[in-house]
Amino acid sequence: MATTAQEAQTAKTAPVRGASEPEAPRNPSRRPGEKSLMAAPSTWFVWAGIVVFFLLLAGIVTSVVVDSFGKQWFTTWLPPEWTLSWYTSAWDRFNLTHIIAVTLLVAFAVIILSIVIGLPAAYVLARSNFPGKRLVTLLFLLPILIPPITYGIPLATVMYNLGLGRTLIAVILVNLVPSVPFVIVTMTAFIEQINPSIEAAARMSGARTRQVLTRILAPLLVPGILAASILVLVRTVGMFELTFLVSGPQSDTLVVAIYRAMTSAGGGEARQLISSMGVVYTAMMLIVLVVALRFVNPTQLVARVRDSNDD
Amino acid sequence: MTSIATKPPKSSASLKHRLAERGIDARLWLLLPAIALALGLFVYPFAYGFGLTVQPLSSTVDTYGGGIFANYVAFFKDSFVFDSVWITLRLALPAALFNVVASIPLALKLRRRFPGKRTLQALLVLPITLGTVLTAQGLLIFLGRQGWLNRFLVDAGIVDEPVQFVNNYLGVFLSLVISGLPFAYLLISSYLSGIDPVLESAAQTLGAGWGARFRRITLPLLAPGLATTFILTFVLAFSVFPSARLVGDASGSTRVLALMAYRSFAEQLDYSMASTIAILMGVVELIVVAIVFFGRSFLYRGSTGGKG
Repeated sequence: MATTAQEAQTAKTAPVRGASEPEAPRNPSRRPGEKSLMAAPSTWFVWAGIVVFFLLLAGIVTSVVVDSFGKQWFTTWLPPEWTLSWYTSAWDRFNLTHIIAVTLLVAFAVIILSIVIGLPAAYVLARSNFPGKRLVTLLFLLPILIPPITYGIPLATVMYNLGLGRTLIAVILVNLVPSVPFVIVTMTAFIEQINPSIEAAARMSGARTRQVLTRILAPLLVPGILAASILVLVRTVGMFELTFLVSGPQSDTLVVAIYRAMTSAGGGEARQLISSMGVVYTAMMLIVLVVALRFVNPTQLVARVRDSNDD
Repeated sequence: MTSIATKPPKSSASLKHRLAERGIDARLWLLLPAIALALGLFVYPFAYGFGLTVQPLSSTVDTYGGGIFANYVAFFKDSFVFDSVWITLRLALPAALFNVVASIPLALKLRRRFPGKRTLQALLVLPITLGTVLTAQGLLIFLGRQGWLNRFLVDAGIVDEPVQFVNNYLGVFLSLVISGLPFAYLLISSYLSGIDPVLESAAQTLGAGWGARFRRITLPLLAPGLATTFILTFVLAFSVFPSARLVGDASGSTRVLALMAYRSFAEQLDYSMASTIAILMGVVELIVVAIVFFGRSFLYRGSTGGKG
């Protein structure tokens, strides 16, 4: 934390108004520019918190993984026997190939549709002022602010009334409700960072609207589009409430299938079956993310100008 | 905009021009798909759901009276339903507060460069890939009576009996922290990166200590971002549903509103009561959000110097 050269200087100056606690050099014997070897107590506290959080996280992940490979596991530290049979039986029982295909299909349909619908709206919101803009912005913010169950239940009722209940179309449609506003909100901030005079310059040089779009805006927007797509992907694959309300056996995504297996009548399925499905879920998510992150850096959505020089 | 086409060509040019000066031009058509989607899939179902709430089942009317508002009377009179408002708030408010408060020192400490920073950040964001259902399963196994933590505590002699970590309030709270903390950390550290570090350096040069710098420079600039982060994590925690059922005590201390709404919807098939609970749930949440927004309007607004 301490840049000791500055501290050494400040120690000489009198306390300034606005700084009620002028910091005395923590260790006067330290020479300017030297850092103390012992970290401050606050630093230890933060690191202890991080360690506890990661222990909890590691415990959660490893115990699910160990459970999914163990034959029987009750009263010992580790399962006495190891097996792969939970995976094969989970695959057969729940038809995981179909469920994973549905999950990916829903996710990609939602990504493409929400970009196609959301991006033009984000462009307008970022570039022009018009009467009623605040109202439109509110309309796009509400689905993000209101809990999914609140609009999910009326929406699911409408879907069942339309005869779309338990279909893939309904699952895709309900997932668009939070995704499109999400794309609009993130992309509006992204487009606002692109200097409008670039577009104006292209027009001055004789570019038509289509050329401005394809030659100027599209290349500049690609990083933002990809980053927003990843976030929509993570949200859609992980979205439980909305999908759960309208999906049926043929249109369950993986999360919903696991939940149904955990809560099915008669006390739920064997714990290890569910653990193996959970591992499949995490593995799928990690593969998709690793592949996606090879092409995109999601922090591109957030402009950072400079790193803290506070070190 | 539709009126443009009907006008004669000469005046239409000037009208078009005058409209364009006020910001109404052909680009607004780009908004149409998004608005149509929001109206069709958000506003219409909401209105429909609101209509449902004033068409109560005859059994509800018989029990609670109140005519077409029987569902609302039932919501406030039936303590089994109404208590879940407090249950939800007791769970969501502390969880959101904890996530925001715990993220501040985390984001501050991880702001500077150190070896392995990227790896640590990637690991912090990892829980987002786990999803609520897997987190619930992991909590059940890891913190259960036979789980590693209890086994360690008993073997080390810290406790005599296994501690009940899951199937109660604590289990849901932990699952909310695991899913909410990375999110809060990401948001807060992005707000923090928008604050120009030169401001803090200046304060340091002028003799401000660590505490004064945080209290007088960083915190006031960060406060609006903290309020926004609080709202977003609160929204996530407020609609907690799968973990309340899986790692909570679904009939007692974690009988949250989302669960009650779902039960009416899928188990009792009482769509009008389900819509009532769902909409009142949204109202309760928006009241909290509005209070935070109101408080936020007193905070610092404007440039934080770090961007642009």
